[in-house]
Amino acid sequence: MTGDVLVVGASAAGLATVEALRRKGYQGRVTVLGAEAHLPYDRPPLSKQVLAGTWTAEQAGLRTPDVLSALDAEFVLGDPAARLDAGARTVHTESGRALTADAVVLATGLRPRTLPGQDGLAGVHVLRTLDDALALRAELAPDKRVVVVGDGVLGAEIAATVCGLGVPVTLAGPQAAPLAYQFGPLAAGLLAELHTARGVELRLGAGVTGLSEVDGRVTGVRLETGEVLPAEVVVVAFGAAPATDWLAGSGVLCDNGVVCDSRCRTAEGIYAAGDVARWHHEGLDVLLRLENRTNATEQAVAVAGNILGEDRPYTPVPYFWTNQFDARIHVHGTLTADAEVSIVEGDLAAGRFVARYRRAGEVVGVLGWNMPKQARQHRQEIAGAVVLAGKP
Amino acid sequence: MKVTVDEDKCCGAGTCVMLAPDVFDQRDDDGIVILLDETPGEGLHAIVREAASVCPGVAISVSEDA
Repeated sequence: MTGDVLVVGASAAGLATVEALRRKGYQGRVTVLGAEAHLPYDRPPLSKQVLAGTWTAEQAGLRTPDVLSALDAEFVLGDPAARLDAGARTVHTESGRALTADAVVLATGLRPRTLPGQDGLAGVHVLRTLDDALALRAELAPDKRVVVVGDGVLGAEIAATVCGLGVPVTLAGPQAAPLAYQFGPLAAGLLAELHTARGVELRLGAGVTGLSEVDGRVTGVRLETGEVLPAEVVVVAFGAAPATDWLAGSGVLCDNGVVCDSRCRTAEGIYAAGDVARWHHEGLDVLLRLENRTNATEQAVAVAGNILGEDRPYTPVPYFWTNQFDARIHVHGTLTADAEVSIVEGDLAAGRFVARYRRAGEVVGVLGWNMPKQARQHRQEIAGAVVLAGKP
Repeated sequence: MKVTVDEDKCCGAGTCVMLAPDVFDQRDDDGIVILLDETPGEGLHAIVREAASVCPGVAISVSEDA
């Protein structure tokens, strides 16, 4: 490949694409288009260290300015992509730029889902960007009750961080326990116990239908039961959708993400990486879209290789971690609530264990609770997956 | 090449260990990175650069000067 490369998205996947291209010897022109004005920064710390105030915004940066400039890429920041002409491989931006390249990488990530009536309502937050995290942090105070809507990874992390700051917090969502749909009753039950012991009020088992307000400021969260949970601050963290609206009419197939082949290619010269990409995982033989940090960078490496003609399928073992209070939870593979769970290392009572998840006799996932190294060592047992494509 | 690791940023994923087990390991008790070789040989440079690039905790830095 000797032509130009355009990467749309300046977060983990976009940056890793550029780094992998350079590492693999590509010397051509690279442009990175970012919607936000910030230099590339990391998102996992936003709900943890940045929200807690233990890290500055700068500490969440993905690379120092020196390292970025050594990549010899042009970063066009603060200018969201507005439209793609797939045939010409031209991206038009909101400010009116038109950027054309021989290979285009779509890495625009996710947009948080919102509740009806949320837009413009004071006291209501989402947490996707650095600015979101700083705005939420600025509103936290010990005399203002926070309700977090969403009992998945992000919501549970936010609740834990807010609680750690001495701010009263309620976690609301439809599951029986935080992350119950993924972790199943055993590990999710432990998580619920942990949150409760540390002071998070769990109001689970009922969906959230909306918000209550007075004079443009939120006053509570309405549950499907009709009950209203009083709140001065609300964080809406009940999922996100791939940021593909700008691709409407482009000719690129979007269906719960940018639909790609096993090489992460959606059209001639057009690839996708990270949260936005839904690609054919040859090892599992499914269309898969992963919203996790390691997928952003590993898929970027695969995309860079395929741009340069490696012609290799991307077949990762899904992985994510979450830190909540003193629990460091590491998940390899795909956990389901109906899996048969056995403890293969450690001890539940000691708060350190590795749990193996089986379905139909096959190991589908491994969960480590304060045993990261041991959990990783068990990932080899997961069926139907190739560990880090092409590497032992 | 000189490799440095930031234990405070390490999230314990072990991605680096899977890529370059001669250069990185993890502590048994908390999974935090252990740097086995801060000046790896030339044959390992590409994979160590990859490990630094894909590290989900942004905990690995590589300096090309040394």
